[in-house]
Amino acid sequence: MELIAEIVVTFLLLCGAYFGFVGSYSLVRLPDSMMRLHGPTKSATLGVGSVLVASLVWMPVFGGIVSWHELLIPLFLFLTAPLTGNFIAKAIMHLSLRPEDLPKPTTGGTWRTYGHDSRPPVPETEGPNEK
Amino acid sequence: MIAYALWLAFAAYGVSLLFCLYRIVVGPTIPDRALALDTMTVNVIALLTLFGIQHGTTMFFEASMLFAMLGFVSTVAFAKFVLRGDIIE
Repeated sequence: MELIAEIVVTFLLLCGAYFGFVGSYSLVRLPDSMMRLHGPTKSATLGVGSVLVASLVWMPVFGGIVSWHELLIPLFLFLTAPLTGNFIAKAIMHLSLRPEDLPKPTTGGTWRTYGHDSRPPVPETEGPNEK
Repeated sequence: MIAYALWLAFAAYGVSLLFCLYRIVVGPTIPDRALALDTMTVNVIALLTLFGIQHGTTMFFEASMLFAMLGFVSTVAFAKFVLRGDIIE
């Protein structure tokens, strides 16, 4: 039982170390701001998630402490990583990208984050009494 | 076996912190620096959890939770300030 737990913890620690390293190395390696956004928001959370699961396995087997509240941290990170990615992407769009250079959204108009005037035109519909 | 994996994970996350520091110093735009700070808090959460495994205590989980919350709130506030010029409108 202890051997199995040791193998699992070691595997999870190596997995977490690899993904955390890759997620931060992409900050240095990738050339563009939008590309750099791709690395940390996915890989660093996966690395931290596997490190915390390794701690979750290690604590009852080797430390004799049963605790579940470290699952709250990856849950919180999985909830908040897309939000921070979205906010930073919008900041990049406003600071260093022009609306003409972006691909158009499929619903027409331009991207909503550039202001209220960029909404697609409302199609003309007939009123309920005009038949 | 776990001890060697722990030291390797410590080394990997330490080098990751140095990469984030490089991006904070060099980073050409402000969102790059905000993103590097966010990645730094995530790496520090992992380092605190590794310290917890090494010392065999659960004392560091509350600190990790505080780091997660403060990192999220500060990143969102910073991006909102860059976007709108104000945090609470």
